[in-house]
Amino acid sequence: MSENLDKTGGKSVHPLDYLLRTDRIPHMWCPGCGIGTAFSSCLTAIKDSGVDVSKVVMVSGIGCSGRAAGYVNLDSFHTTHGRAIPFATGLKMAKPELNVVVFSGDGDLFAIGGNHFIHAARRNVDMTVVCINNLNYGMTGGQMAATTPHMAKTTTTPMGNPETPFNLPLMAIASGATYVARWTTLHTRELTDSVEEALLKRGFSFIEVLSPCPVNYGRRNKQKPMDMLKMYQEKAIIKNGAPPFELDIDLERGIILGKFADLDRRTWAEQYDRIYRSANS
Amino acid sequence: MKSVILTGEHYITGDVACAEGALAAGCRFFGGYPITPATEIAEHLSERLPLIGGTFMQMEDEIAAIASVLGASWAGVKSMTATSGPGFSLMMENIGLGICTETPCVVVNVQRAGPSTGLPTLGAQADMMQARWGSHGHYEIIVLAPSSPQDMFYQTITAFNLSETYRLPVLVMSDEVIGHMSEKVIIPRPKDIEIRSRPRPKGRKDRFKLFKPGPNGVAPMPSAGEGFNMHITGLTHDERGYPALTVEDQEEMMTRITNKIRRNLDDIIRTESYYLDDAEIAIISYGVSARTSMAAVDMAREQGIKVGLLRLVTVWPFPEDQIRKLAESVKGFVTVEINLGQIHLEVQRSAGGKVPSFLVGHPGGAIISPDRVLEVLKETF
Repeated sequence: MSENLDKTGGKSVHPLDYLLRTDRIPHMWCPGCGIGTAFSSCLTAIKDSGVDVSKVVMVSGIGCSGRAAGYVNLDSFHTTHGRAIPFATGLKMAKPELNVVVFSGDGDLFAIGGNHFIHAARRNVDMTVVCINNLNYGMTGGQMAATTPHMAKTTTTPMGNPETPFNLPLMAIASGATYVARWTTLHTRELTDSVEEALLKRGFSFIEVLSPCPVNYGRRNKQKPMDMLKMYQEKAIIKNGAPPFELDIDLERGIILGKFADLDRRTWAEQYDRIYRSANS
Repeated sequence: MKSVILTGEHYITGDVACAEGALAAGCRFFGGYPITPATEIAEHLSERLPLIGGTFMQMEDEIAAIASVLGASWAGVKSMTATSGPGFSLMMENIGLGICTETPCVVVNVQRAGPSTGLPTLGAQADMMQARWGSHGHYEIIVLAPSSPQDMFYQTITAFNLSETYRLPVLVMSDEVIGHMSEKVIIPRPKDIEIRSRPRPKGRKDRFKLFKPGPNGVAPMPSAGEGFNMHITGLTHDERGYPALTVEDQEEMMTRITNKIRRNLDDIIRTESYYLDDAEIAIISYGVSARTSMAAVDMAREQGIKVGLLRLVTVWPFPEDQIRKLAESVKGFVTVEINLGQIHLEVQRSAGGKVPSFLVGHPGGAIISPDRVLEVLKETF
């Protein structure tokens, strides 16, 4: 590990430290939370991808995952609840050389921000959206989300969730996303590879990351901190290219992980250049 | 590439004049959503922006529109959106993000009568308090009110200049009548148009403090992708831009974002006087109502009534010093506006009980006729 030694101070330096605002650490995520793991995977992917980090921008909304923008040592934007994607769209379209990553949670991206997600996917805006799905609203203390499993207990579904959760990869594919994958925080290698692929891919990329929330979700659903990770290990079925209709999160049948879409389609900017700019120049 | 500034005489609507003013000011990104009576601004820019290297995006709703405008501004591009009442309501939260993160941009509201869907095709001036206080929290804002298509052209440029100078969303509060009215608009030569741009950082990037105010209270602004590794948040933040969530931090940030406006009122506030020098009655008005009030002043003067008009080009920050001074010399105020008393309350407050203050208002859907203003002048004084 000698290469990781800071020769001036003799202090151990993590190889990803240059991508972190180390003066803002420790972070505010709870013990047992998976966001940090997913965040590390993203930073590793940014490093491994070889992209120019001065052009990588991270945009977050509100919530636990939304705090990621505050810890990353890149141009980073912590916006309003649900609006990370349209904010990121403006950034990207006004400065196309930026490599835009939206890092946010399931509540932010799919309840309050759901409309923006489907439209950015439809337009094929060139960006990477990483959604930390912890099955509930963690920041506000564990309320039901659009991803909470049917009958799961939360502070607003004390007798069990009467609703049906979203199948996020299905929604992403149906909306027009050109890259869609799902992993858990236990599958860090696969997740890192996916984020790297997404960063280098032109078009709208979506990666769902299942992540434990022991403090707010696990506690109310008889899951100890390790139980969720054990479940990821036992129930995960890696099935690249699985049909999107089979991707409901079903703890009985198993959780299907993998890459479900990787296609090519012109991006919004390419279409705009082709139709509006080339004809006029 | 086509001309950016279409110097010459044009016969165009206020909405089109607004769009041309934006282009002349350097606007190169528009994120919008269709809504009567502001749609023509988006339509015109959808055609013009790509011809001059800009980008037009029709977003999925007004929330996305304003969010995209804030993002584009941080990419270093002058950006604008345009809407009317219902869309304006949807934009409020992100206007607050723009205030908190000190993001320059322009929001045009071509007002129609509300509340709710109201009268979509008919004008009003009833969003003036919403323009002042619509986003949560306490803040300062700059709001301009154009009175003609020509003025839409100029006030849109002024709005960009003020938003860039003071780093905040500036609101142009037009109305359906001005927006849809066709009139002669003169677009000057580029060298005759004053353009201001945001202050830019100088010196070493690693020593740069994102929100450290410059001499006029405004911090220089980097753009994304320039290597500043900046963090921008809607949380209360310190000069580095980092979340800082104590009472002291709140006070420091609030002082910064309010003082940059409060200490530059001379540069920000614009008013126009008409027959005020010897006036015994002062009409206070703005936007389309200032225009009809001018006719009322002419008619009253013909009948020997000594009345003058103070037109508020800048409505917020409110020109209270000017009203206070006028209260020393006139025997009363009449505020003319298409609502049931919004700016009227501010005039009353600024007059401080020295002289009476009256409202000539209307619930919306029609302009206030000069005859009606004259009638009130005669009845009241």
